[in-house]
Amino acid sequence: METGELNPNHYPAQRAAKVVQHYLNTLHGSPYKVFGLQKVFRAYAEDVPGSGRKYQLELSVQEMVKKTTANCEAEVIFPRKEDHPPLQVHVSSHDDLLNNNVSLQEETLLYQQYKRNHSLLFAQNLPDSNGHIEPEHIPFWHLGAVASSFVMLSESTEDTLYNMAQVANITQLASNDDPLKFEYDVLLHEMVSQEIIAWKMLVTWSPSEGVKVLKMEKREYSVTNLKTTLL
Amino acid sequence: MNFSRSYLGVCNRPEYNYDKYHPMSEISEWMTQVAKAYPDIVTVMDYGKTYELRTISLLKIGADTGAKKKAIWMDCGIHAREWIAPAFCQYFVSRILRTYKTDPKMGEMIRNMDFYVTPVLNMDGYIYSWKDNSTRLWRKNRSPEPAGCNCSGTDLNRNFDANWGTIGVSFDCCHATYCGRGAESEPETLAVSYFVGSRKEDFLCFLTIHSYGQLLLVPYGHPNFTAANYKELMEVGMGAAEAIKKVHGKVYRVGTSPDILYPNSGSSRDWARFQGIPYSYTFELRDDGRYGFELPEDQIRPTCEEAYDGALHIITYAHNKVFNGAVVASTVPTIWTVLVAVAVAATV
Repeated sequence: METGELNPNHYPAQRAAKVVQHYLNTLHGSPYKVFGLQKVFRAYAEDVPGSGRKYQLELSVQEMVKKTTANCEAEVIFPRKEDHPPLQVHVSSHDDLLNNNVSLQEETLLYQQYKRNHSLLFAQNLPDSNGHIEPEHIPFWHLGAVASSFVMLSESTEDTLYNMAQVANITQLASNDDPLKFEYDVLLHEMVSQEIIAWKMLVTWSPSEGVKVLKMEKREYSVTNLKTTLL
Repeated sequence: MNFSRSYLGVCNRPEYNYDKYHPMSEISEWMTQVAKAYPDIVTVMDYGKTYELRTISLLKIGADTGAKKKAIWMDCGIHAREWIAPAFCQYFVSRILRTYKTDPKMGEMIRNMDFYVTPVLNMDGYIYSWKDNSTRLWRKNRSPEPAGCNCSGTDLNRNFDANWGTIGVSFDCCHATYCGRGAESEPETLAVSYFVGSRKEDFLCFLTIHSYGQLLLVPYGHPNFTAANYKELMEVGMGAAEAIKKVHGKVYRVGTSPDILYPNSGSSRDWARFQGIPYSYTFELRDDGRYGFELPEDQIRPTCEEAYDGALHIITYAHNKVFNGAVVASTVPTIWTVLVAVAVAATV
């Protein structure tokens, strides 16, 4: 494993930077705020006894709704042994784009709309086969991506690169509490193995409390096991 | 006057919509129409069968000079779920056909070379990915479960005879990167290796089109192997990435698979390079993970436009290396170009 200055375009730096993306989404993501990794400028790696392998990164992320860009410095420490602490991420940023509340107005409108609705939201296949999402479902696609980030963060290692491939199902659940509550079935794409992995999540969200994932469960994904149909 | 050509989007009256994803039946029909509309330079060639016994076809595009010609290979859709790739092959063909008579460089290239374009290589897999929402993300071909294992499909891009089965593969038939019972165990793999292998001295470029990731990958997938022309491949690749960026600002990273993405073996790109085809690249088109395989249709055109410039950069470089970059400057082609331009204008 390379130690020291890394080529920022090569996969070790890119995989570590993707973890930073997932982390930022768990902290700051919402139906109107989703981050994507844009570019890695610098990367440095070293082994830290007792902790694992530490990556120090300079990168930029793009917030995909408002299309703004933020530069970050981050540290990702992957555990290498059983007794190492779990994955650790620390981010400092010179841009305060990460935790500003430019999206608060839209979030509040969305929240109030779905709090007042008598019927509960149900949607499938976001996006559909042609990459299309109905406009009223886009915030829930974003919410799915943010919620998936909790799973992707917990599943990430130096040997993985996760993206959310699709929200297969979203079902709004009745809730007496303030936050809206949803059950999500998502399909994640893991790039190194090229596998599609299905997860079910129980997700809550409100503008004030942000996104929380109360439960997450890996599911059997049936297509990989379907036998060939006879012609 | 020529209705087939207007159907193909020439003369600014598009009927075939290059901005949508098309099912296999429509792509096959389009191939037939293209060959009918341009009989002088386009032929359909059948060169193999899929597991489910569908005929694998390509479009051969080139002016018939009676001589043995150098060649460019392009295949799309080796992985079923990567729908933007077949969309690109169709766009690529339509661009060549729209420009070869008016663009002297393209005219020269189709005189000096033949383009062999396979819009969908893994036809069974592609059709399966159109079946319903549960099959959309299928990757492999549709060959049946091998003895002792319970799932179907082989990853065709791990099945070629190029360090087969050594790294970046799974031997579990249920996995997405299952490399098959053996090298070239799949009929789709054999189709390519027979066709290209029997003409390998003619081929200058082997471009295999995939998604997603915004990458240009050079041989080899195995970290212990370096292509003899690695430096050149990187320079030309970087030039292609520059050309791509100029179109819509998208950044494509360039490098070997083990550097940029992950090590692997048995890829068609590696096989082609081992055959001696010098300019062998894997294109991973848009996007970078936001939509992934389900790229919105309004991104088809910009993706195709940038990828076209990237591919053309590589193809032009390869062409110029052999044909000494001599743009034919004599007056005969110039007059011919003007006459054709007038004729084309008259039919609009």
